[in-house]
Formats: sequence, structure tokens, C-alpha cells
Amino acid sequence: MKDPRVWGLKKSPWVYHLAAAPCNNCDIEILELLTPRYDVERFGVVLVGSPRHADALLITGVLNRKSLPRVLEVYEQTPKPCLVIGVGTCACGKQIFRNSYNVVGPYDKYMPVHAYIPGCPPKPEAMILGVVKALSKL
Amino acid sequence: MTSLSGWELALAFVVFPGFMFTSFVGLVLTWVDRLVSARVQWRKGPPFYQPFADMLKLLLKQTVVPAGAAKAAFLLAPILGFAAMCITAVLLFYANFFPETSFVGDLIVLVYLFALPPLAIIIGASASRNPLSAVGASREMTLYLGYELPFLFALVVPVIHTGGVIRLGDLVLAQQTGGPFVGSLSGAIAAVIVLICIQAKLGYPPFDMAEAEQEIMSGVLIEYSGVALAMFRLTKAMMLFLMPCFLVTVFWGGLTSWWAILKLLAVVVLVILIKNTNPRFKIEHALRFFWFILGALGIAAVILAFVKL
Repeated sequence: MKDPRVWGLKKSPWVYHLAAAPCNNCDIEILELLTPRYDVERFGVVLVGSPRHADALLITGVLNRKSLPRVLEVYEQTPKPCLVIGVGTCACGKQIFRNSYNVVGPYDKYMPVHAYIPGCPPKPEAMILGVVKALSKL
Repeated sequence: MTSLSGWELALAFVVFPGFMFTSFVGLVLTWVDRLVSARVQWRKGPPFYQPFADMLKLLLKQTVVPAGAAKAAFLLAPILGFAAMCITAVLLFYANFFPETSFVGDLIVLVYLFALPPLAIIIGASASRNPLSAVGASREMTLYLGYELPFLFALVVPVIHTGGVIRLGDLVLAQQTGGPFVGSLSGAIAAVIVLICIQAKLGYPPFDMAEAEQEIMSGVLIEYSGVALAMFRLTKAMMLFLMPCFLVTVFWGGLTSWWAILKLLAVVVLVILIKNTNPRFKIEHALRFFWFILGALGIAAVILAFVKL
């Protein structure tokens, strides 16, 4: 309870779902995470429509030449402090696309990433665990 | 309110029943909103301090002003709606508890004060230089033109019942002697109309097309962040408290008895249940609904009030 800013961020992390060229599998699991079954509003997590309202960016997909400037723009649009959480195996590394001419590498080459959640797709429980770990690091 | 001295007036605006009291109760009511919504969807819902945590977080976050926005209008717009709600709280509570302090025509002043938060949203959204927020602003404006007509028709009903009283204090006193207006047929119709207009003024579904998160990404609020967003959310929270207060004051016997707390909760829960069980209207459908259905109902209520029903 040293910093009220950290407390506020921990108690109400609003998430913005940023799909950077994913195969849609992780996105469906993220939507699953936000359904009443898992009820993440218990922890103050709300899905917001605009990156200006967001405290955490959930990024899915492998980073490529086309999506990099867009991702960076959304990251710059998000007011700081904000968390960046990579969801899915693609976001964690280059995976099966590693030999592609188009892939420009992992996210933490371009911005600070607070947590990577592996899985293809990760289960909603794994995402909750990842967000909890990212928040407890603050 | 000539009977109040300067510091008493300042206290009324800042502490009770103005800024602090109203925003506290309003934030608690937003928690009630989220809790009831959670129960409707068969889940647990956030803890009671959730709205306060949201506020604290937003107040401590960075406030971004988008490049090319009209900076002064963008940052001053939230204050306009917020200040209007503080004044509304003072007028409404003093008219209930000290009817002699209210002045002739404060009913009309309240109508204009309740028009300021949507106006503030329109100004802020137009200043932000974002196409989606311009779409939201135009929808907000259309919606405002829509609901204001039946709202005014409904407010004429108690005025006719009392023979032309437009002083809020006298309306409260008339209800204490002659029973609440909602007991008569025309009063009941008018109260229902005001309830639906509250829904639209708060921007709750089925009238949330200005903030439609799925289609225009929070519309009018898209560029707002940090303190400015916190002010808008606080204004909304205060409206969630003050609009039901206004309904209970004008139609349902005033706020002076302890029953008023239950009545307020009943109105708020009703608004939340309507919010949770209705999908979003299209803007043209909403306008048609307000003008041709609620407007016709409003005219019927006015005619019924003239024949003392």
C-alpha cells in the first residue's frame, strides 16, 4: 500500500483487447475469459472499448512488419502507467513463423512487456494467473 | 436561497448535499448497479470499494490530450456537467427539506441543469477531433432532442394538478397534503415517461447508442482518459443518484420521510433492470419511440391532468 497509483491499478485493471494479426483462437479465449462464468469483474477487470481508457493491453498474435506500427501506435495512445500482456504462443515468440520474411520478432524488443501467457490458446485460468503475476510484480 | 450566508452556501455546494455527499452516494449506487447487473447474469460482482478504486486509479493516471484537439474545450467540458450536478443537488435537497428557501421557477431551472451534462458531453466529444466521437456526439444530440419533448410533457402534469405551481418546494408541500401525484392516472403515466427519460439521460441501454462500445468504441468518451474521464464518470454517478431523487421529489411524495430511501432504491433498481434486459435501439428508432410513442403518451397525460384524472 505504498503507492496509491499501484493500488488503483491493481484493484481496477481495465483491459483493452489488441488483436495484432492473430488466428482468432486466443481472441475467442479472451472473450471466454470475460464471460460471467469466470466473472473477472470480481477483481475489477472491465473490457473497455478505447485504448485511452485501458490499463492493460492484452496483445495476441505474432508481430509482423504490417502490425508493428499499429501496435506501437496503440501502445502510445494508452495513458501510462499501463501493463502489456502477451497472450498465446505466437505472442511469446515467433513459433512456426520464425523463418518468415515478414516476422519482426518478439514484443519486448519494442515495448516493455509485463507478462507472457503461453498456450495455443491459453485457458482462461492461465490468463487470470498471468494477469495476477503481472500485477503482483508491480 | 437568500437565507443562507456565504460560507453556509459554500458548505452546501461542497460538502452536503453538493459535491461530496452526492458523489459518495452516486458512487455507491454505481456499485449497486454493477452488483445487480452481476446478479442478473448469475455471477458474484465487484466488491463495494470498486467504484472508488476506479476513481482513484483514473485520477492518478496520465491525462492525454489528443493532437489537434481544442484543448480548452476538451478539458473544461467535464467540469461543466459536474458543476451543474453539484448545483442540482443543492437545489433539489433544499427544496425538499427547507421548502421556504426554494424560488419560483426552480422546476424549470432544474430542467436546464439536467440538460447540461449531455451538452458537456457533446462539447467534449466535438472538441476531441475524433470521427467516432463525432458520430457519438451527433447521436447524443439527436437523443437529447428526442427525450426532452416527452420529459417536458411529463413535467407539465404535476404543474396542472396544482394549478400552475412551478416552485419545487410548493410541489412537495402539495403532495404532503394531497397525496403524491403518482396516485392519479395522469401522474402515473408521467412518472413512467420520466423513468424512461432517466434511462436515456443516463445513457444506459436501450439508449446507449452515443457510447456504444461495440460499434463506435465508447463513442463520445473515446478520447478521454485520466482525470477528465473520471469527471465524466463522476457526473454520471451523480446523475444516477439525482435523477431518481428528482422523480421521487416531483411525482412520489418528496424526500422528507425515511420511505424516500426505499423509493429511491426501487427507482434505481428498476432503471438497472431495464438496462440489463434490453438491447440497444438504433438512433432513428429511439427518436421515433420518444416523439411518437412517449410524446403521444405525454399529451394524453396532459389531457388527463386537465380533466382531473
